[in-house]
Amino acid sequence: MSRAPGRAGGAGTATAWALPLGVLLATLAAGFAFGLWASAWWALLAIGFVCVVLLAQELESRLALRWRGSFQRGLALGFPLSLLVIWELLAGAGILNPRWFPPPSQIAVALWELTVTFDRFNRSSLLGRPWLVPQVAAEQGWTGVQGLVRESHVWATLSRVLGGFLIGALPGVLIGMVMGLNRTVRMMLDATMSAIYVLPKIAIFPILMLVFPNPFGEGPKVAVVAISAFFLVAISTMAGVQGIDKVYLEAGRNFGASRWQMFRHVILPGALPIVFSGLRLALGTALIVIVAVEFVRADRGVGFLIYYYWQVLVTPRMYAALVVVMALGVGLTALLQWVERRVMPWRRG
Amino acid sequence: MSAKIVARSAEKRFQTRAGWMTALRDFDLEVAEGEFLCLVGPSGCGKSTFLRILAGLDHATAGEVRIVPGPDPRQPLANVVFQEYAVFPWKTVLHNVAFGLEMRGMGRREREAAARRWIDKVALTRFSDYYPAQLSGGMKQRVSIARALANDPQVLLMDEPLGALDAQTRAVLQEELLQLWEETRKTVLYVTHSIDEAVFLGDRVVVMTAHPGTVKTVIEVDLPRPRDLSVMATPAFAALTGAVWDALRDEVRRAMAEQA
Repeated sequence: MSRAPGRAGGAGTATAWALPLGVLLATLAAGFAFGLWASAWWALLAIGFVCVVLLAQELESRLALRWRGSFQRGLALGFPLSLLVIWELLAGAGILNPRWFPPPSQIAVALWELTVTFDRFNRSSLLGRPWLVPQVAAEQGWTGVQGLVRESHVWATLSRVLGGFLIGALPGVLIGMVMGLNRTVRMMLDATMSAIYVLPKIAIFPILMLVFPNPFGEGPKVAVVAISAFFLVAISTMAGVQGIDKVYLEAGRNFGASRWQMFRHVILPGALPIVFSGLRLALGTALIVIVAVEFVRADRGVGFLIYYYWQVLVTPRMYAALVVVMALGVGLTALLQWVERRVMPWRRG
Repeated sequence: MSAKIVARSAEKRFQTRAGWMTALRDFDLEVAEGEFLCLVGPSGCGKSTFLRILAGLDHATAGEVRIVPGPDPRQPLANVVFQEYAVFPWKTVLHNVAFGLEMRGMGRREREAAARRWIDKVALTRFSDYYPAQLSGGMKQRVSIARALANDPQVLLMDEPLGALDAQTRAVLQEELLQLWEETRKTVLYVTHSIDEAVFLGDRVVVMTAHPGTVKTVIEVDLPRPRDLSVMATPAFAALTGAVWDALRDEVRRAMAEQA
C-alpha cells in the first residue's frame, strides 16, 4: 500500500509516521537481539526497505511542492550513499565478512593506492602515473612518455574499447543503412546477421586468437570488441531506417529530393535516434566484452586488475578495479550522450 | 479560365491480399486555373488517392490524370500539405520552410530570405529557429503550409490539413488559409471530411461516391469573397452545406454498410 506523493497532506496523521518507523526499529532490534541477521537477513532487508519507502513517501507528501524536486533528487543520491554507510557499519561490526565485502573506506584507500603506486612485478600502474610525464619527457623524450602510457591499465582498456567500438560501429552504421534501404541486401543478410547477433561474441575470441599473427597482442582484443559493436549497430541502424515514418519519405519525394538529398535530409536524420540507441547498447557491450577478454588473456587492463587481485585475494583492490570499470562506463556513456546532443539538437527539448 | 488539373476516366486499382481493389473508377474532373476546389466524400472513397496521384506519389492504372504545366518549366507542379503535417522534426522551422527551395538547388541566402517571408506571413517569425517538437499542432501545420507555398508550386494540394486540430485552432487556420489564398490565387485541391470547411473555403465542392470513387455531384459555392467566418451564419451557407450533405448522406451510409 503506497501513498501517491502528490496527494494533499493532512489525511495521514500520526500513524503514517509511527507505524513504519516502529516496524523498522522493531525489525532492526529483533535482528540484533535474536541474531536473526545470519539466518533471515533477506526478510529483515525486505521489511526494512518497505518501511524506509513508506517513511520517505510520508515525508515527501508533507513537503511544500517546490521542495519535492530536490527531495526526489536527494533520494536518488541519498539512498545509495546511505547503503554505503550501512555497508561500512555492517563490515565494521563484523556482520558482513570484510574479506569478501571490504568496507567502502578500505576500497577508497585501495583505489588511491592503486592510483599512486607502480607495480614493479607487472611493471604497470592504474593511470600511467601522469604526474611523471614532465620529468620523463625531459629525461627520455617521447619514448619515455609512451612507456608511461603503455604501463597504464585504464589506457589499455580505454584504447581497446574506443578503438574496437569505432572500428565496429562505423561499418555497422554503413551496412545497416544499406540493409535498411535495399530490400535485396536485407533479405540476403538479415537471417545471417540475426544468427550471429545472438552469439555471445566472447565465444569467438579463440578463433580470433588463431587468426591474428600475434594471438596475445592487441589485435584479437580490439577485433572482438569491434565485432560485438558491429552487429548491434548494424541491426539497430537497419531498424532505424525502416522505422522512418513513410510520410517524411513522401514529403521528401514531393519536394523533389534527389537520392542523395533524400539520404542526407530525410533518411539519415530520421534514423539517427535508433542508431544512437544501438550505439549506446554497443558501448555497454564493448565494455562487458573487453573486461571478459582481459580476464582471460591480458597483462594490462582493468579486467586484468580485477582478476589479478582476485587471484592474490586482495579484495579491496579488486573492488577498486570494479569502481574503475564503473567510472569508465559512466564516462563513456556521458561522452556518447554529449555527441548525441550535438548531432541531434532537435531532441533536446 | 483554362483547366489546370485534368482527370479523364481515371482509374486506380490496388492489389491487396484479398485481390484487386478499385479505389477510383471513371473519375472525371477539371479544375480551373486559380480555382479553390474542395473534395469531400466518405472515408475510403479514393479522394486522397486522387491527390496522391496528382502529387506524383502514385500512378493512375488507367485513364488520364495530369496537371497542365505552366509557362515556366522550373516552377514545380504540385506540393502537398499533408494531414499529419509531415514537417521534419530534425529541421528548424526555417529549414523546413526552405526545404523545397534547397532541394531545387537555390543558394542559402536566397532560400532563407524567401523562407523568412513565408514564416512572417504565417505569423511564426518568433519561432523560425524552433524545432517542430517545440510547437503546437496548429503551428506545425502553419509550417507545413508555409513549406508548400514557399516552394511556389503551380498547384497546392491539401490532404485534410486541419483534420487533426481542435475546432478553434481549425477555424483560425481556415481564415488564415483563405487570406493566403487571396494573396496568391493558386490553384488549390483541398481534400476534407468537413462539409462546413469545404463550403467555407471552396469555389466548388465535389462530392464523391463511396468506393469505387467517382464524382457524384459538383456544387457551386457562390458565396462572395473575400470570406470570413461570419459567412457561416448566413442562410446561403446553410443552404449550401445542406445541399452537400444531401448528396453525401447516401454515400456515407453505403460506405458504412460495406465496412460493417
